[in-house]
Amino acid sequence: MKLHIAHIRKDYNGKPVLKDCSYAFKGSGTYVLMGPNGCGKSTLLRICSLLEEPDGGALLFQENGAPLIRDLALRRRMTLVLPRTGVFNTTAFNNAAYGLKVRGIDGNLLKREVDRALDFVGLAHKSGQNALTLSSGETQRLGIARALAIAPEILFLDEPTASVDEENTAIIESIIGDLKKESRTMVIMTTHDKDQAARLADTLLFMTEGRVEEQKP
Amino acid sequence: MDSLLQGFIQAFKLILHLDQTLFGIIFLSLKVSGSALLIATAFGLPVGALLGLKRFPGRDLAISSVNTLMGLPPVVVGLFVYLLLSRKGPLGFMGLLYSPTAMVVAQTILALPIVSALCHTAIVNIDPIIRLSARTLGATPGQETIAVIREARYGIFSAVIAAFGRVMAEVGSILIVGGNIAGYTRVMTTTIALETDKGNFELALALGIILLAISFVINAVLHGVQKKGAVKTG
Repeated sequence: MKLHIAHIRKDYNGKPVLKDCSYAFKGSGTYVLMGPNGCGKSTLLRICSLLEEPDGGALLFQENGAPLIRDLALRRRMTLVLPRTGVFNTTAFNNAAYGLKVRGIDGNLLKREVDRALDFVGLAHKSGQNALTLSSGETQRLGIARALAIAPEILFLDEPTASVDEENTAIIESIIGDLKKESRTMVIMTTHDKDQAARLADTLLFMTEGRVEEQKP
Repeated sequence: MDSLLQGFIQAFKLILHLDQTLFGIIFLSLKVSGSALLIATAFGLPVGALLGLKRFPGRDLAISSVNTLMGLPPVVVGLFVYLLLSRKGPLGFMGLLYSPTAMVVAQTILALPIVSALCHTAIVNIDPIIRLSARTLGATPGQETIAVIREARYGIFSAVIAAFGRVMAEVGSILIVGGNIAGYTRVMTTTIALETDKGNFELALALGIILLAISFVINAVLHGVQKKGAVKTG
């Protein structure tokens, strides 16, 4: 699935955040978006993951050259991992299972996919633990597991390592690296960490004054 | 002082023997208040969710109204329901005055604002990120609402228990609309009022102790639930 954005504009309380964002995401690989605080990275991610409507411009999802209708089914083919994981007050397993449950999936398939996702982020042993008792790094990994359980075609990660320690940052980076190997998922992420961006990015994007530009390596 | 001690001794004897009449009174109390609570929750939870999750014109006014109604004086509710159900009242033809049903109606009116207001508080206090997370994971608006309500479950349970405590302890409205008829509409609180008037302190004390015991159990459960709900990250 490809994503084209054209002239995306978004204002908050009359203040323009995104002025004229245009870019074509090709449907695979890892895109890393960098830029100063408050430059609109998170906003762009929320718009691209269909959580928010832009004030202007066009957002086009394409598959085999044909445009896709922007509906619930399309929204369910992607997910955004928020910088702060909104953990549900229940077990890690149930947290990771949420996306599948809302899609009406249950039974063995659910269990298999959830176990796989928890295993992928190294939380299989915490499956039965209340998610609110996890450390911040584990919580962030649970947020990723919750997203991976639904096997998204596009995975948006907003500052996935901003609030975690070095050890968990390394774990999360290796998770993103593993995802790249599986190459089923296009990853679009934001970060402040230049070195991390260099390690993970297939394509490095920079955001400035409400616009997106590709950085040549 | 002696008579008070005697009263207590007699009261405990009554409780230990738990005769038919006493049992009937306790059972009716629980039945009336329990039914009122069920109905109040069935309506109050959706009202609380609506107030907590939807933005609509007049929402602030609605919230203030519900909060005000939490302090409804039971006798006023009793009077209102009495007028509604009395023979000349608009619902007089149903012949419900001085029946357990009338008591359920009165207590439902008392419990409804409490359940609504406290459910609203419970739901509005849930971090908005819960709703957003549900949406990122593909939830429909209805599923988002359920996710938030589920997160608020401990607060909602507290709301229900608080309303239960209130209706179990009140005497004003059920005395007016129930009439305190022996074996039919006589409950714990109305019996205590009556027996005290008659100078029959043993039974009144016995019921008072039982009422307190029930109240204690309710609060112990509430505390336990709140403790469980307070699981937080270290």
